[in-house]
Amino acid sequence: MSLKLVNISKIFKDPDHANKEVIAVKDVNLEINEGEMVSFLGPSGCGKTTTLRIVSGFENPTTGEVWLGDKMINDLPPNKRDTAMVFQSYAIFPHLSVGQNIAFGLELKGFKADIVKKEVEEIMSIMNLTELYNRSPDQLSGGQQQRVALARSIINKPSVLLFDEPLSNLDAKLRDLMRFEIRRIQQSFGITSIYVTHDQAEAMIVSDRIVVMNEGHIMQVGTPFEIYSHPVNKFVADFIGRVNFINGIVEETNEDASYKVGIGGKSKLITSSISPFSVGDKVLTVIRPESLSVSTGEQDSTAIFHGIVEKAVYLGPTVEYDIKIEGRENISAVTHNPVVEGVFKPGDRVNIDFNPAAAHLLGA
Amino acid sequence: MDETWGRRSLRQLKQIANDPLLLIVILVILASLILFILYPLVKVITTSFLPEGKFSFSVFKEVFSSWYLRRAFFNSIMMGTLTALFGVGVGFIFAFTLARTDIPFKKFFHLIAIIPIISPPFIGALSIIMLFGNNGFISDHLLHLQNIKIYGFKGLLFAQIVTFFPVAYITLRGVLDSISPTLEDAALDLGGTRFKVFRRVTLPLAVPGIASAMLILFVETLADFGNPLILAGSQFPILSVQAYLQITGMYDLPKGSALALILLVPSISIFFLQKYLVSKKKYVTITGKPTSSTLKLVSPMVKWILFAVCLFFSLTIILIYASILWGSLVKVWGSNNTLTFYHFKYVFSVGFGAVKDTLIIAGISTPIAGVLGMVIAFLVVRKEFPLKHFMEVSSMLSFAVPGTVIGIGYILAFNSHPLLLTGTLLILLLNFIFRYVPVGIQSGVAILRQVDPSIEEAAIDLGADARSTFRRVTLPLMVPAFFSGLIYSFVRAMTAISAVIFLVSSNWNLMTVQIMSQVESGRLGAAAAFSVILVLIILAAIIIIRSILTLKYGRFGGTTLKF
Repeated sequence: MSLKLVNISKIFKDPDHANKEVIAVKDVNLEINEGEMVSFLGPSGCGKTTTLRIVSGFENPTTGEVWLGDKMINDLPPNKRDTAMVFQSYAIFPHLSVGQNIAFGLELKGFKADIVKKEVEEIMSIMNLTELYNRSPDQLSGGQQQRVALARSIINKPSVLLFDEPLSNLDAKLRDLMRFEIRRIQQSFGITSIYVTHDQAEAMIVSDRIVVMNEGHIMQVGTPFEIYSHPVNKFVADFIGRVNFINGIVEETNEDASYKVGIGGKSKLITSSISPFSVGDKVLTVIRPESLSVSTGEQDSTAIFHGIVEKAVYLGPTVEYDIKIEGRENISAVTHNPVVEGVFKPGDRVNIDFNPAAAHLLGA
Repeated sequence: MDETWGRRSLRQLKQIANDPLLLIVILVILASLILFILYPLVKVITTSFLPEGKFSFSVFKEVFSSWYLRRAFFNSIMMGTLTALFGVGVGFIFAFTLARTDIPFKKFFHLIAIIPIISPPFIGALSIIMLFGNNGFISDHLLHLQNIKIYGFKGLLFAQIVTFFPVAYITLRGVLDSISPTLEDAALDLGGTRFKVFRRVTLPLAVPGIASAMLILFVETLADFGNPLILAGSQFPILSVQAYLQITGMYDLPKGSALALILLVPSISIFFLQKYLVSKKKYVTITGKPTSSTLKLVSPMVKWILFAVCLFFSLTIILIYASILWGSLVKVWGSNNTLTFYHFKYVFSVGFGAVKDTLIIAGISTPIAGVLGMVIAFLVVRKEFPLKHFMEVSSMLSFAVPGTVIGIGYILAFNSHPLLLTGTLLILLLNFIFRYVPVGIQSGVAILRQVDPSIEEAAIDLGADARSTFRRVTLPLMVPAFFSGLIYSFVRAMTAISAVIFLVSSNWNLMTVQIMSQVESGRLGAAAAFSVILVLIILAAIIIIRSILTLKYGRFGGTTLKF
């Protein structure tokens, strides 16, 4: 079922200072399509978990409406909502066995014991949990607990599945594995899902669309590709991956939303999907480190910058550089073929350039 | 401030109103706490300050002008202070020796130190009379001493130390166990001598615990009634006993209330001081894996000295229990050592009513107190409602209030219509339930604070309403706390004397009260037989509750709850 958030705001009262208010979520509007997996991504305290808890019913929004399909569900308590949550701490009932944990929801709905058992066995085999039926939760590994929590939610066939940083308690290797596992199961059941995380790689892997949040506001909604390649503001550009912001001035505007931007005496033709700029506007050119080309040798007069390598970190497949440019902030660059391109050392003079197609303009 | 408090309360009330059952439970609990804990205390205050319906200090003037009652006040404070000092001293030696040395028979010493906690508090006094009294085994038969002055200061102090040092031991054992021995190892490694390390590392870390144990012992001794009633004698008046005598002997309710109030003020202030100290300065609980103790802190000589001290006190306790057992089996203590079941026969014929009543009362009040404790713990930890803090404080209050004060409060509060309860079973039950509920609350709160709230949210999320969440998830998680609260309230209900001595009647009598009256009329054999049966019942109950727990809830090996 589709899920719609309309003008959601949540204001907490500070318990110690009655007149002080903390805005957790502000004017959130979002529509999630049936079967879609959407990530809420942002630093801690950005309001992503609060929004998730508003959808699940554990928090009431101060203003706004939550729509599930064509029903407004603001007034439904969490136990009456057709949503299921996978908790950060898994929240497995420690006094029940794995099988009893997974059966919990169906038993509450009053299904007959044999039906419950059949359903539980089925979901356990899908989730590779079959041998664990009688295990007590304290005998499970982190990954197994994660699976049990997921199975316990999915068995109720919820309309919306909510993940609250589900992988943050797992070690790195297991996390990589479970990302794909969660995505696989979500897709095979086709459940509309929200996935809260502060890990951008995780968001990129599991989501159809990413919602970047900061200080309670939605910053940008888009596919992983859109978010990374065309961030709409400095926050998003900076939060997702590493980035260079290069100051420039608009010299010419064109019909097709491309602009001639003067950067340090040279100019580039760069497009922007943001508000239109006029001649003379100060702009930021957003360019990812991997989109820069770095070369050494003769000073290349066509290159946009000339700089001196300050730091070089050799990582095997890539080399990361910190390059000092006269009169500007340092630029970070990444090269991907060190064997052929060579590895530059601190102190080396280098030419830096970029393909304008990889760049993108923001207002300064 | 008031307005915002009011607004917050209103918001919370609106939320609770969605769940009428919750609202009703909260209201019923608040009403009962007011009626059965606060109202009796208010009655004590009003009776002492309003002797003729008008506010006056006349009763207090009368009390303080009496040399004898001034002495009682002074004696009580002194006895509390000395017991705190010596009891904590012995308790610390036990705790330190068991936690930090590798002496043999550790388990035995631990068990011995626990036993006085599960016995009636006046067993010490009873056996002291049997051993050192006029016809005493040691004083008369072994040493042939006449007129050894066991009644009064010396005898009472000894009895109080033996009775209350186990409380200090348990507190301090917890403190010492939580101080990582690696800290001591580190100090030794840095070149400290053993004594220096003890004085500069171990002792300072244990100081908050020692202070807290002293305050607890002070309050408990001040409130104690059984030992002074038997041992204090008329030469050495003690406040709790004098309050009792004013009421039951002279029918002077205002004066008895005034004495109770004088008893109450130091008890409550020290109790809250102790709570404050504990909350302010947490013991150093070093997190991480418990490191294996290397036990290097004591030299072999010191170790054996400590061993000898522990052995001495353990033998004293064994002697106490042996004398009770022996006394219950011989014809006439001190003069006729023929073995006989006469005293047990007497208990089962004449005194059987009291045994039955005690079992009925403890059997009914214990589970109610246990469940009530869990419910209050749940409300306090997991729910938001107005007067929540009031519920927490008032339900814990009966920890601090001496039993004598509660007993007097109950007879003042419930002796007229519409609350005419004196002489009934109900008044005894209510007294037990509301006195022993705090332990259940404490262990329930401790366990709930460990349980991640998202476990309950998960149940709600899966479709459970508030009631089935509590029944199917929260309550099972609280089972261990429930049972430890249950054991405690059962033991206390079986061994209580100070409050119930005011509340028993010819219809409903208790074994502890019977023991007291047997002692007073000089039938030590019967008193001993009653005591033996009492201790056996308690042991049986503990074993039964424990085995139910392991049988039915075996999976609570302890690890399951550490989520």
